[in-house]
Amino acid sequence: MIDLYHKMLLIRRFEEKVEELFSRGMIGGTCHLCVGQEACAVGAVSVLGKNDLVISTHRGHGHLLAKGGDPRRVMAELMGKATGYCQGKGGTQHMCAIELGFLGTNGITGGGLPIATGAGLSAKLRNSGQVILVFFGDGASNQGTFHESLNMASIWKLPVIYFCENNLYGMSMSSSRSMNVTSVAERAVAYGIRGYSVDGMDVLAVREAVGGVLDAVRGGMGPVLIEGRTYRFVGHSKSDKRVYRTEAEESEWRVRDPVISFDRYLPGLKAREAEVLRVQQQVEAEVTESVEFGMRSELASPESALSGVYV
Amino acid sequence: MLMSEMTYSEGIRTALREEMKRDPSVVLIGEDIGVYGGAFGVTAGLWDEFGSDRIIETPISENSFIGVATGAAMTGLRPVVEIMFMDFIALAMDQIMNHASKLHYIYAGQVNVPLVIRTPAGGGRGYGASHSQCLESWFMNVPGLKVVVPSTPDDAFRMLKAAIRYDGPVLFVEHKLLYKKRGEVFECQDSEIAFGGAVVRRAGTDVTVAAYSRMVDLALDAADLLVEDGVEIEVIDLRTLNPLDSATIAKSVEKTGHFVVVEEGCKRGGVGAEVAARVAEECMEFLDGPVMRVGAEDSPIPSAMSLEAQVLPVADDIVVACKDALAW
Repeated sequence: MIDLYHKMLLIRRFEEKVEELFSRGMIGGTCHLCVGQEACAVGAVSVLGKNDLVISTHRGHGHLLAKGGDPRRVMAELMGKATGYCQGKGGTQHMCAIELGFLGTNGITGGGLPIATGAGLSAKLRNSGQVILVFFGDGASNQGTFHESLNMASIWKLPVIYFCENNLYGMSMSSSRSMNVTSVAERAVAYGIRGYSVDGMDVLAVREAVGGVLDAVRGGMGPVLIEGRTYRFVGHSKSDKRVYRTEAEESEWRVRDPVISFDRYLPGLKAREAEVLRVQQQVEAEVTESVEFGMRSELASPESALSGVYV
Repeated sequence: MLMSEMTYSEGIRTALREEMKRDPSVVLIGEDIGVYGGAFGVTAGLWDEFGSDRIIETPISENSFIGVATGAAMTGLRPVVEIMFMDFIALAMDQIMNHASKLHYIYAGQVNVPLVIRTPAGGGRGYGASHSQCLESWFMNVPGLKVVVPSTPDDAFRMLKAAIRYDGPVLFVEHKLLYKKRGEVFECQDSEIAFGGAVVRRAGTDVTVAAYSRMVDLALDAADLLVEDGVEIEVIDLRTLNPLDSATIAKSVEKTGHFVVVEEGCKRGGVGAEVAARVAEECMEFLDGPVMRVGAEDSPIPSAMSLEAQVLPVADDIVVACKDALAW
């Protein structure tokens, strides 16, 4: 339980630090933060095995940290440093850590869905015993890749868990305007697979939902669709003024903050005051060290820009 | 050593069979490639031999099954995908150009994507606008993607084997009208399996004509026609478009001083535009006349065969282009 809290707090503090560094111009490009969605990342990944694979989205720092990503190397990648997971070539939306079974964040909405499906096909044909968990958002569930992938995974009975982080908005487009069903999980019916909708702010509920199907998915039952209903407390990206949603709505969700209101979801943890304090101090140190590591790392060398292109 | 005389289609099938036997990680993915044998019968018989674990028949979901193949390639398989008609590749552009071609680079070499996408291009059969195009020029603009365009059964056989063994993505463009073309196919040892650069199909002294896929045969027809006018053209088969073997072209242009490039796809913004620019950059001192391009007219491909013939290039177009190049 304390580990779940630790990971969620790490993701929260890491993302807040990224936002700060971005504002100070120390991180370039763009970035999509997952503040508010930590319970989905941590709950879902916490039940996976070491060899199981995770495939992520454009909002993927939390997924990588949940899979065991080293915050120093994530931060270095965001800063474009040679010590980053992809040596500065990937950046926030194209970050991979193969040794952790993390098959990449992905800059195309819905782009990771077929790749995860293919990893599932490969796992099945190679009898590797792996389960593939792919994150995507409510917006991606309107892409053709969502429908095509779930259909193929279903007919081939692939060991894939499709985890939708439904944060209610595809950039500014409310899911109530982009789809005529109340939950993404309902769409499972169309592919003849099971669909579950859970409270995506409740880390234990997410953990239970994924953990509850894991053995069956690994055992050949076929894919499952799980929707965690969650909320991003920040904008879609840095330029977002959030004019499409109300302060009242944001406040309602803030009450359910999976990190600040952790005692609501992790009963009894608050009483373990000393442990909680220790974790908080540890997280502060980890985040500080990630920034220092990033700062003192060398920029990727200019000549590396053209290395590693096929042909 | 000569294996046998076979068709272009049989050359492809033989390469698939040999590579699937050699390496259990090679799988085929695509529509109707099982008992049906593929829309053009290229995979006929392989289903009986290898079964459903090695031949993955997909629903009609081009973008995602290319993505499936990419994900499988990243995790230990070597998929060979068939896109039934090259025109349908438009449905899969995101997975090809944003994912398969880029993941190795953007993930700093942590993954390889040993993926082959086979697809028949080309007109000449009256299939109309959505089943007849040559779209390879689009893919020359995608860094990280090899584009190969064999014109003979032997090249199809050998280059497909090379593509399957290559660790990056390869777009393997076949041509519908070449499937029944017969030719000698030679056995190749592992050490001989390579894409190979451009090759001179007919030596000549007056004009260099670079072509690929079915247009090589048209260029050879044009060469016969031009002999009557006392013109000897040198026909180069490009064989791969990315990378482009400009050294072989330059060597020939140094000799002839004139250059024509031929493609079946749209001339505007086409393969020839890139090849011509490369010749302008690298061969200016050898040129005695303008670089000429032959390609399809700036029009969708009409269905009626009589109209289609007005849009697609024919051997006479190459003859005219060569004469224009020389007349300057």
